[in-house]
Amino acid sequence: MSDGTIAPPEPRTRRGLRTDADWIRRNGVYVALALLVLINVAVTDNFVSENTLRLQLIQVTPVLIVALGMALVIGTEGIDLSVGAVMAIAASLIPLYIGYGTGVAVGIAVLAGAISGAVAGILVGRIGVQPIIATLGIMVAGRGLANLFGGEIKSIRDPGVVALGSGSVLGIPYVVLIAAAVAALVWFLVRRSTYGRQLVAIGGNKRAAELAGLPVRRVLVTTYVLCGLLAALAGVLLAARSQASDPTKVGLLVELSAITAVVIGGTPLSGGQVRIAGTIAGALLMQLITATLIFHDIPDSTAQIAQAVIVVAAVYVQLGRRRARR
Amino acid sequence: MTTTVSREESAPASPRARLARLAQRQGALVILAAVVLAATFSFDTFGTTGNLSNIALQASFLAVVALGMTFVIMSGGIDLSVGSVFALGGVLAAWGAGHGTWAAILLPLGVCGLIGLVQGLVIARGGLPAFIVTLAGLLFARGLLLLISDEGATTYKVPPDSAFRELAQGELLGIGYPVWFVLVAFALGGLVLHRTSYGATVLAVGGQEDAAELMGLPVARTKVIAYTVSGLLAGLGGLLMASYTSSGVTVLGVGMELEVISAVVLGGTLLTGGAGTVLGTLVGVLLLQVIKNVINQVGSLNSNWQAVISGTILLVVVTIQRWLATVQRR
Repeated sequence: MSDGTIAPPEPRTRRGLRTDADWIRRNGVYVALALLVLINVAVTDNFVSENTLRLQLIQVTPVLIVALGMALVIGTEGIDLSVGAVMAIAASLIPLYIGYGTGVAVGIAVLAGAISGAVAGILVGRIGVQPIIATLGIMVAGRGLANLFGGEIKSIRDPGVVALGSGSVLGIPYVVLIAAAVAALVWFLVRRSTYGRQLVAIGGNKRAAELAGLPVRRVLVTTYVLCGLLAALAGVLLAARSQASDPTKVGLLVELSAITAVVIGGTPLSGGQVRIAGTIAGALLMQLITATLIFHDIPDSTAQIAQAVIVVAAVYVQLGRRRARR
Repeated sequence: MTTTVSREESAPASPRARLARLAQRQGALVILAAVVLAATFSFDTFGTTGNLSNIALQASFLAVVALGMTFVIMSGGIDLSVGSVFALGGVLAAWGAGHGTWAAILLPLGVCGLIGLVQGLVIARGGLPAFIVTLAGLLFARGLLLLISDEGATTYKVPPDSAFRELAQGELLGIGYPVWFVLVAFALGGLVLHRTSYGATVLAVGGQEDAAELMGLPVARTKVIAYTVSGLLAGLGGLLMASYTSSGVTVLGVGMELEVISAVVLGGTLLTGGAGTVLGTLVGVLLLQVIKNVINQVGSLNSNWQAVISGTILLVVVTIQRWLATVQRR
């Protein structure tokens, strides 16, 4: 968080000159994912089946969509702890407004996410509050609001929302298609739009970006709004899939999974880079780790300890190069 | 971040800047006084001795944990594991109470201190972000808790004849022991922070880590000690809770790290590190607890309002702090 942690721009080396550590940092997540898939193919019964694949893809969608928004925020050297609460708010609003039609309910839910993101963006971008504190406040208040809106678990019977959650086209569930579309959109924003260039520049060196005349505040606000929007979308999809909204449970601890997915995927917490493919692979890896532990009836206790060790080991490998440079 | 307000910078300042600095340091105290006054006049039951000592007792568990967090945040770090470590400490204490009072005290302190030590080593020596390491620590401690409690199915009870119960259920001068513990711990914490070289080093490391390193200060050791103390105090909070409830409740401490960080920030400790007081943290903890109590008094208000109001107060206070920091620099 201090100035010292901001890495200088990565020098572009030719492919042949890249060190092993650097290669691991960039591609470790894909290797780990491939290894874990191979291990499962070998030892897990019924792993190679259409059903397993579909279920894993459906289950990863909320975390993946949140992680994509989180990757943008982390790219600006920020963090967003409020995503889980925003998911809960969105899910709790659906039953409240479903009487006005599917579109209205979903629209209001997603709008709420955008408003929450705008509050975070203004606090961080305009007032200069630290991202972790601004989004912590929103997280605490947001979870309370979701409980006030939702009250207790409410089931959702609206055919439109149910179709959104469980429908599919050509055997591919809608939720997976939506997640893929979001990933493509975020990739386009980061790699092909002016906004994406500005975001990366601000994350790399905010002061320099300011001096270069970039619209720092606007880009920061936009980024947190996008993150809030995507978190709300994830909340809507989760509610649609489970055909219920439980404001105390929806999105609980999702901020942790999302941040871990982004970091394992090679996006540094110090900002200045956004890795979309890595984030997707990171989210899939986290999902597959959880699933593998469940497939083999590993108790929660061991699973959590294993996840803790894996996360630290993964980040240790990610940082290998920068430590070596010191 | 370059916005850290160092002591030297703000010492010879205009009256306006000095007022701003005072407000930043003591803003929570002003709000606390206002809330307490308003509550005393609004609810007959608020100002009673019973209710006030209840607030103090309830706040003491959070306060112990917040003291450790204050040191970590002042050193420029963060400890997200305290909620899980708190719960782990409670379960270990209740389990240990079956094997004697000393086991109930030393086991949680040893294990939780060790978790803090390992986190500190990985952060300070391994150079990993505190955020990620203590996040993993959160999972690890919770996993360990589940492991020793049959996946959370077993709630260990403190034996009825155990002297361990006295630790948090006993009273001195009509005030519960935990409150006395907190007063002593914060007095010690204040002495360490403001009167020892370790305290000065914590602030220096939090203010500018690179500069502290160049000055030859033991940066890594300072951080390791801060995280170890945080682990120890989280364990102590858990063991006091276990003594108070006579059992090791496995579901405690979820989201506690956020409440603790809120209290520290409300108390005027800058999250960028390098500034703050332990007294401020105590005020922050009391403020959160009083809000909780007032919402219970209102009765018609759902307890969810407590989260909404606490979160909003946090945002308002940090916004004012930012604004005051700009005023000071003028």
